[in-house]
Amino acid sequence: MPYGPHTVADRERMLAVLGISTVDELFEDIPIELRSGGLDLPEPEPELQLSARLQALAGRNRTDLVSFLGAGVYRHWSPPAVDQLLVRGEWYTAYTPYQPEVSQGTLQSIYEYESLLAELTGLDVVSASHYDGAAATAEAALMTCRQTRRDRVIVSRAVHPHYRETVRTYFGPRLELDEIPLVADGERAGMTDLDALERLLADPDRPVAGVVVAQPNFLGLLEDMPRVAELTHAAGALFVAVIEPVSLAVLAPPAAYGADIAAGEGQPLGIPPQYGGPYLGILAATEPLIRQIPGRLVGMTTDLDGRRAFVMTLRAREQDIRRDKAASNICTNQALLALAASIYLAAIGPHGLRDVAALGAARARELEEALAAAGAPRLHPGPYLNEFAVRVPAARAVHRRLIERGILAGLVLADALPDQPGLDDGLLVCATEVTTGDDIDRFAAALADELRAEPGGRAAGHLATGTR
Amino acid sequence: MGVVGPRLQPTLNERSRPGRGGGKIPHPPAGALDRIPAAALRDTPPALPELNEPDVVRHYVNLSHLNYAVDTGFYPLGSCTMKFNPKLNEWAARLPGFAQLHPYAPDEVAQGTLQLLFELEQWLAEISGMRAVTLQPAAGAQGELTGILMIRAYHRARGDVERDEVLVPDSSHGTNPATASMAGFRTITIPSAADGGVDVAAFEASLGPRTAAVMITNPSTLGLFESRIGLLLDEVHAAGALAYMDGANLNAILGRFKPGEAGFDVMHFNVHKTFSTPHGGGGPGAGPVGVGEQLLPFLPSPRVLRDADGSYRLERPGERPTSIGRLRSFVGNTGVLVRAYAYLRAHGGSGLREVSDDAVLAANYLKHRVAQAFDIPYDRPCKHEFVASATSLKKKTGVRTLDIAKRLIDKGFHPPTIYFPLIVDEGMLIEPTETESLETLDAFADALIEIAGEAEADPELVTTAPHSAPVRRLDEATAARQPNLRWRPMTGRQMPCPD
Repeated sequence: MPYGPHTVADRERMLAVLGISTVDELFEDIPIELRSGGLDLPEPEPELQLSARLQALAGRNRTDLVSFLGAGVYRHWSPPAVDQLLVRGEWYTAYTPYQPEVSQGTLQSIYEYESLLAELTGLDVVSASHYDGAAATAEAALMTCRQTRRDRVIVSRAVHPHYRETVRTYFGPRLELDEIPLVADGERAGMTDLDALERLLADPDRPVAGVVVAQPNFLGLLEDMPRVAELTHAAGALFVAVIEPVSLAVLAPPAAYGADIAAGEGQPLGIPPQYGGPYLGILAATEPLIRQIPGRLVGMTTDLDGRRAFVMTLRAREQDIRRDKAASNICTNQALLALAASIYLAAIGPHGLRDVAALGAARARELEEALAAAGAPRLHPGPYLNEFAVRVPAARAVHRRLIERGILAGLVLADALPDQPGLDDGLLVCATEVTTGDDIDRFAAALADELRAEPGGRAAGHLATGTR
Repeated sequence: MGVVGPRLQPTLNERSRPGRGGGKIPHPPAGALDRIPAAALRDTPPALPELNEPDVVRHYVNLSHLNYAVDTGFYPLGSCTMKFNPKLNEWAARLPGFAQLHPYAPDEVAQGTLQLLFELEQWLAEISGMRAVTLQPAAGAQGELTGILMIRAYHRARGDVERDEVLVPDSSHGTNPATASMAGFRTITIPSAADGGVDVAAFEASLGPRTAAVMITNPSTLGLFESRIGLLLDEVHAAGALAYMDGANLNAILGRFKPGEAGFDVMHFNVHKTFSTPHGGGGPGAGPVGVGEQLLPFLPSPRVLRDADGSYRLERPGERPTSIGRLRSFVGNTGVLVRAYAYLRAHGGSGLREVSDDAVLAANYLKHRVAQAFDIPYDRPCKHEFVASATSLKKKTGVRTLDIAKRLIDKGFHPPTIYFPLIVDEGMLIEPTETESLETLDAFADALIEIAGEAEADPELVTTAPHSAPVRRLDEATAARQPNLRWRPMTGRQMPCPD
């Protein structure tokens, strides 16, 4: 066994102390008929060969593509300080700070995480982390039901499809879930249909616990959040805003437009995409919801000598204390990712974070113009920050051919939102501070080429070359 | 000032000075946000702390010194399997090919990771004796929810809609009853018998046509193998219910007992316990779930599939309508799973069996030594962990398990899990793991025995411990009564920094 310390003599000594001759005797409480015959697994591999194998496997992934893919997970530059601090064993090989006297590092870092996210969202109570944006959104939806004692939640179809599916799974047949359609055309195309929301809220027999809307929404568009808040609160429901944390450097914080809960994906705060996780589920709420929020909370206190210190608190919400009456079953969370986000925010600072958001917006604008000139205009006219949908004839085929040219041309919307009409020719693309002018030029040129080759895109392609 | 060793630190906000920092990100062109409606923008920038990089680095390095961790010492936290976290695995997860892969990347550019996930699923199926495995759940508790939702779907698919109860032994993790509640079931708590196993008579009395599932941790949270498991599983199935195994304690039985072969219908793995992925100060983990034949149709989507041509792909949306759906975004905590994959490759089948053999041997050895000074409520061979109790010592000296735990800190050890499982008076759940040397085990046993002596000679020394930690015991009551959960500049209640 590669990481075990015991010599033959050690094992013999332990067996002798126990008065037994083989370790098998310690397994005699497993009924004979239920004992297993062994494990049919590969042979043990020394680290030298294993490292080569892992490198080869990683090499089979293509991460060399020039990427415009976002859709909930964003490429950002992270100061190397973040990862260099994270690989300290004192952080990543500790566990939940059950013993506060020897966990002040983790506890203070969580308190600081809560403070940083409270500042970004404007909401005072921040949970120490959930699994990801989807699970945090599901927990937020459940919070609205517990608080209002109602059992119906309304989610905009412009919320990330994985988040909506996760809410549905968590709800099961017990709780009701309705979706708000998107506006089909006109100035507000691709945005949450607020008239439809008003109708859904108006049913007196089916009172609504919560309304869930994303800012920016899945298609990158900026919603009228103050209006959503107004409609939601008029119906006695709670408003859950699904947020993206980097954007909060420049966009109005959830508290400013009246959200009661903010949920979202913290991955953009210095966490690599790593094919789906581990990420950081952000969950924040107003003070009146403090007893409903699930997950760990860390508070400031003092020790016996009056020294300031930090401790897990309001534990009566948690599963290990309340068992079947707990606010959630969550135990292991994403603490190390909350630490990563905190270090990222500390290292990049408020001005740096604003620059990240604004530079992404500027690059996205350049991308919009270049793609339009290449024959792929925006699909929706509404305002956006750094992500938007474009119309590309035969989007799926063009997307595939662009990979061969070294370009990952965003997300094929028809694949991600198969039930949403009007997106058949859509690609969802984003730019961030790491997107360069060269990247944009390569994408636009390759796309113009492909559209010239694509029968449906010929006219647009000619137009593109004319305006370039 | 002038103190050597870990010291309490000011907060980020206290370190902040207006105008510090910068040099990381180029400034955007002027007017970059002009096209965005003013109503959608912030009025005032967020008041985040302003620091330069040296400040940030010292802050987090100094804070880290206040932590106890596996990399700094023995961490026998029962039920958490705090084994060594191999460094190769940290390196592997950071390889750009793994770390920089976008989760929406088309299958053809993600073949390396998809192959890794596919193989890992096969191995976990082999280890558990299950038919198939999903890697999606982000933690053990989410694995439990996945399992119980699949069980619910199974009963509903058979039109068996009256089953609204889940049976859970009183020694279980709190996540089991909390999971049952989340899935809309009522929890029925089953008492333990005198030998620490499930009380069969009480179990039989509760089992019936309303039972949807039974959740059993095996070995139990007392560190004991449930020897009557064959009988219990037969009865569960005879009643038309399904059996869930909480796999938190899998580290004891690798290669010795396969839950799927024994008759469990579904189980979760805690890869951050059994397969050495780091605990991260509270997470991340990963909680893959293995299922038998009947639950196969209900697995969360997407699954990782291998096509006839040997290429790998993710199941497409809607491809398997019987699925319970998804529990989170994308495929799972892939970065954690890369580490688990490396761990399984490094050990192979023979190495995993040795892991359990050594974990169980170490626990029994330590139990034998600790028995010199403490009660052992269930005195039979344990698996990878055991419960000791300070009941007798408390009667004699007034010193409680909490005090002993705090005194262990002074002796350089992380305390074990205390007051869990709830059914043991003054309990300490001690799990040494297979990666701790005999010298360490002996030193820990010596420390516990020494504390028992101190409790008799000088109880106050123990009841006022710790004496050498960065802080003494904390005022938890005030923390809960007047919660201070975020930094607020200029509020009267802000407590000054100790330095």
